[in-house]
Amino acid sequence: MSSPHVTLRGVSKRFPASAGGNAVHALGPVDLEIRKGEFFAIVGPSGCGKSTLLELIAGLTSASEGSVDFEGKPIANEIPDGVGVVFQEDACFPWLSVRDNVAFGLRNIVADDAEKSHRVGAAIAMMGLTDFTTSYPSQLSGGMRQRVCIARTLVAQPRLILLDEPFGALDQQTRLLMGDEVLRLWRETGATVFLITHALDEAAMLADRIAVMSARPGKVIDLVETNWPRERDSRIVEHPNFGAVTSRLWKALRDESMKTMGRMSSSP
Amino acid sequence: MNRVRLYQVGVIGGFVLLLEALCVGGVIDKITMPPPHRIAIDFVKLFLSARLWPEIAKSMGNVVLSFVLAYVAGIAIGTLLHAHRVARDTLDPLFATYYAIPVFAFYPLFIVMFGLGDGPQVLIGFLLAIVAVIVTTLNGLDRVPEVLRKTARIARLGPLQTAIKVTLPFCAPYLLTAAKLALAYAFIGVIGSEFIMARNGMGYEIGYAYTNFDNATMYPLILLILLLSILMNSGLSHWEKLLLARRGLR
Repeated sequence: MSSPHVTLRGVSKRFPASAGGNAVHALGPVDLEIRKGEFFAIVGPSGCGKSTLLELIAGLTSASEGSVDFEGKPIANEIPDGVGVVFQEDACFPWLSVRDNVAFGLRNIVADDAEKSHRVGAAIAMMGLTDFTTSYPSQLSGGMRQRVCIARTLVAQPRLILLDEPFGALDQQTRLLMGDEVLRLWRETGATVFLITHALDEAAMLADRIAVMSARPGKVIDLVETNWPRERDSRIVEHPNFGAVTSRLWKALRDESMKTMGRMSSSP
Repeated sequence: MNRVRLYQVGVIGGFVLLLEALCVGGVIDKITMPPPHRIAIDFVKLFLSARLWPEIAKSMGNVVLSFVLAYVAGIAIGTLLHAHRVARDTLDPLFATYYAIPVFAFYPLFIVMFGLGDGPQVLIGFLLAIVAVIVTTLNGLDRVPEVLRKTARIARLGPLQTAIKVTLPFCAPYLLTAAKLALAYAFIGVIGSEFIMARNGMGYEIGYAYTNFDNATMYPLILLILLLSILMNSGLSHWEKLLLARRGLR
């Protein structure tokens, strides 16, 4: 079994009361170990703290209680070295070309221009964007823009890639193809991938292990091992066990989703 | 030439022709306003004589100085205020009511403080322009998507680098709007204050020509201010269009 790459111990997140609102216990306590090199996914109902969990691991926010370690070192509200994030929202810089957008990921990392140019070219080629190097984001489709953001993350050669519902804004066909791309990149880079998604089939298709989270405050209520081979793509949906995996995920998630819906319908 | 540009030329041309007809027909008397063709001839003569070039250079120098100071300081202050919520909330009422304050009323105080030179004129242009830049910068920064700030943090950019590399470039269209406003206010501040209390400059020359019924100087100078203002604003608008087109917003 691989050593833990990310370790969360008793992690909770509480947001203080804002004007006119109450304090929110968003997450936890969560205990979790993500193994080095695995593809790990999180599913859970809306508002259960999935994105908060990702931000804690990325160092974008700090835990109210508990500790988050990456490669054995605590993450304390500081972006750890070797972590890349792809967000759900379009994070392309509209004033930069594809090349400059991708090169942005190397700012403060690589000083040598030749090395920078080589890595940017390789990341662009890896994402199939070579013909669009000088294009601006407004000239690209949503899927291509998301590939630019993935290339920008990959160019920094992160050891841990955090994906926050990266295909949320894409159509179903593009999502499947992007899923294949991510699986290919995961195998080629050897990085650990941590994916947040609300799509159970997506989690089942991509991940080695899937954590199911409860309604707010989010806790891990089930951990599902898929046992898929490392060499896989979207055709894994035809695997005889695929239905059993999604079915188990839904069984764990159904009551939690109902709780969330009840909370939404009872809120003013 | 596209249809909109054709309409624009048509509207301006029609207005000039109407003025020409009213002046030639005697509806507007010659002492009040010479016909546009006469103003155009006087404009060329005045320009060729080079008599007022030092005045024009002085006024334009002060306009540019007011504009640059207000623009740079306005963006810097706007960026700082955006990062400090309490300071912004404290100053918001001042910004909301700022343009109700007649800055020109402080002219005597500025003379006491800065003397009779160009200082008070530049200061008035600066004071009129800066708040428009601060408010527009804040407006633009409010619209920067949170995901771009997070991306900057992931790339380990500090606050200054984030402002220079991410947030300010994102609000470039707003900063161009700020530039247009600042330029207009700098013109109003500098030329207006030259009218009140100055011994040189385009504003002073227009006032002097007005007092002496010198239409051959007054109207060409007014036309020059109009042309300079339109030219500078058109340049900025063109740049704004290119920027918006690159972002797929036009």
